[in-house]
Amino acid sequence: MSRTKLDLWVGFFVVIGMGALLFLALKVGNLGGSNFTDTYVVMARFDNIGGLKVRAPVKSAGVVVGRVTNIGFDTSGYRAEVTFALDTRYQFPRDTIATILTSGLLGEQYLGLDPGGEAEMLKGGEVVQITQSAVVLEKLIGQFMFDKAAEAPAN
Amino acid sequence: MNGLLNVVRLLGAMVTEAIWRTGFGARFFILLLRHSGQSLTRVHLTIRELYFSGVLSLLIIVVSGLFVGMVLAMQGYETLQRYGSGDALGVLVALSLTRELGPVVAGLLFASRAGLAVTAEIGLMKTTEQLDAMDMMAVNPIARVVAPRFWGGVISMPLLAALFSAMGVFGGWLIGVVLIGVDEGAFWSQMQAAVDFRFDIMNGVVKSVVFGAAVSLIAVFEGYDCTPTAEGLSRAITRTVVTSALAILALDFVLTSLMFRGQS
Repeated sequence: MSRTKLDLWVGFFVVIGMGALLFLALKVGNLGGSNFTDTYVVMARFDNIGGLKVRAPVKSAGVVVGRVTNIGFDTSGYRAEVTFALDTRYQFPRDTIATILTSGLLGEQYLGLDPGGEAEMLKGGEVVQITQSAVVLEKLIGQFMFDKAAEAPAN
Repeated sequence: MNGLLNVVRLLGAMVTEAIWRTGFGARFFILLLRHSGQSLTRVHLTIRELYFSGVLSLLIIVVSGLFVGMVLAMQGYETLQRYGSGDALGVLVALSLTRELGPVVAGLLFASRAGLAVTAEIGLMKTTEQLDAMDMMAVNPIARVVAPRFWGGVISMPLLAALFSAMGVFGGWLIGVVLIGVDEGAFWSQMQAAVDFRFDIMNGVVKSVVFGAAVSLIAVFEGYDCTPTAEGLSRAITRTVVTSALAILALDFVLTSLMFRGQS
């Protein structure tokens, strides 16, 4: 086989391989769109984070505005410390409420942000003061059964 | 008593042989790396090997990727549907392909399609004393014959694995969306939400590079080390396929437990 034809075929092969990788990155992965370039990091402490995981989305009004970057445990207050990166395009007031929510009944958990009304905005490295823990389904069911048992007429 | 001693002696010989071969393989690898300069400066040597190991493997990779993705979608949908989450089909197909099946199955195909051919070629060169002839002409056979084949394999393997995963996702889309009727928007958006570029796709690429290096090293080593007879050559080829398959599966377990354990 001649040299130029060989080069042509190998070039063709490399282009196809790179194209496949590009397809994986843009169409299958989340490189396009939801990847944030400029971010600022904020922290929030929760009593219970349920099944929240690192890289879970942070949403406000249903729009993804950031991602959870780290989850730790604060031994001084025995609470979970959730660190998350927010896109710099989105600024939130300082009295924003951070809640752990579930998408769907059994879907993955995400961090929801409900903006407050304060004029001053959250800055990088600050801590969100008002938080609401995850709803633990087992606790809810336990509570419900306890209430039902208390309601039942004694006989 | 004598028979028992013989068994023990056989065991000892096997262990010594295995250790000796591992050491020889490691020294061969270092020698190969030291003589790799030429295969990078005289690019056409490597390009020729890229053609043989990469371009000629395209068809089998594309077809198997497509069918693996299609089967994955069919079987996955069956199970997911039972729990009412058929929309998550895209996630299942994409994650299993980019993390595991892409690199592993492409690596196994690559070993039996390209690795075997490399062993046969080098082994036959050795059997017909072409390697010795080269040495006599002051051409280093490792730099001229072995290194380009090794680098050709290392370069083409990640490209083939990426192609395999992409074709698999396409096959999954074909069965899931076109045939079964999973919602197309949910298929892609859930996939994009779950598959992380750096975490899932790049780790898959790292895996395929490691597998490519392992398979290529085993292939060139078995060829170079074969007993120069017809029988020795056939045994070397068999060993290449068996050792590469075992190496890929073992390395995959190690890499997976390093990359993905305890995270998500």
